[in-house]
Amino acid sequence: MAEFFSWLNDHLLRMTWLFDLVTVLVRDGLGLDVTGPLGGSVHFFIYDIIKIFILLTVLIFSISYAQSYFPPERTRRILGQRSGLGANIVAALLGTITPFCSCSSIPLFIGFTSAGLPLAVTFSFLISSPLVDLASVILLASIFNWWVSIAYVLIGLCLAVVGGTVIGLLKLENQVEDFVYQSPVADHGAQALSRMDRVDYARDQVADIVGRVWPYILIGVGIGAAIHNWIPETFIAALLGDDKWWSVLVATVAGIPMYADIFGTLPIAEALVHKGVGLGTALTFMMAVTALSLPSIIMLKRVVKMPLLAFFIGITTVGIILIGFIFNAIADHLI
Amino acid sequence: MIIEILGSGCRKCTALANTVQAALERTGREAEIVKVTDVIDIARYGVMSTPGLVIDGKVVSAGKIPSEAEIAVLLDAAPL
Repeated sequence: MAEFFSWLNDHLLRMTWLFDLVTVLVRDGLGLDVTGPLGGSVHFFIYDIIKIFILLTVLIFSISYAQSYFPPERTRRILGQRSGLGANIVAALLGTITPFCSCSSIPLFIGFTSAGLPLAVTFSFLISSPLVDLASVILLASIFNWWVSIAYVLIGLCLAVVGGTVIGLLKLENQVEDFVYQSPVADHGAQALSRMDRVDYARDQVADIVGRVWPYILIGVGIGAAIHNWIPETFIAALLGDDKWWSVLVATVAGIPMYADIFGTLPIAEALVHKGVGLGTALTFMMAVTALSLPSIIMLKRVVKMPLLAFFIGITTVGIILIGFIFNAIADHLI
Repeated sequence: MIIEILGSGCRKCTALANTVQAALERTGREAEIVKVTDVIDIARYGVMSTPGLVIDGKVVSAGKIPSEAEIAVLLDAAPL
């Protein structure tokens, strides 16, 4: 049984067949040495791009199908029926199967807040939504292993629950722009969908998301390939090596302003870990890029006032840094 | 009559605009069609799933593309 699962893991997730195929292609087709810098980069680039696009298409389709059972209006109703920590936990969990991009979570923020959901619950959702999703879980398992992936999800959910709870305790309800509370609460989402409707929806989502994120994936894999074979290991080790305690801080500061999808960030994290960067540092970088970015901060600024925005950024940043230190400390047990 | 199409430029918004156009021709009503693309402006209508359809300031549909016949009924229900 265990052998069967490791076979599945190797072929479906890690795609060893693709790895071998690309090796043959690069070596015999292009005449490049796959162990050399140029051949190695070309191999990393081709293999990662094909792998990520295959996984992305399959995953977004499946997740969108599941998502069609949880339109935002239903999520709002589910959250409205709960209170206290339970509501935060459910919000963090629902964040994993709802939008992939922080820009689509702003309408949800307005819709939730105008309907009277507490800020604590809404922020748990807002933090979890870009940070953890089912696709990233599978991709992490594919690039690293299941332990890393499970640990990432658990810690990401904890950050969402704790971050939301802290924001709730600060009583910042008056720090939301007035128009948010004045927005009407419309409930038009309730409708019966047939299986074909859900398949259509999932197909549209694949087209929409792949169409939007492909440039980030190309750039991410390109940077990953460059790190993999061109940037000297000593340089990366000196700046971000796992023996440097400040590496987590460097990764956070570098990652926050960047805007990229988690799919574009994963190849960079993968290449960094190969170069001796601590797992925690690489994951911190990933979280900083996805959870906080200039475009999403600018958009959030239009709906919340400065103090709440500052707390949101501050709490999330501290959380990400802590997670980096924790992961660096336990990395030896995971990989 | 003013008809607003809410959506940040997805394929479905264009499809909705075309269906509305067809429904207008079928009912013989005249309307000005406005596209609302800013996510915050969309959220001000209380709409969380796009595309949304607003007739004379009232949200009549969200998160789906109603059929031409359904839109025709909504158009007929709107005061002249």
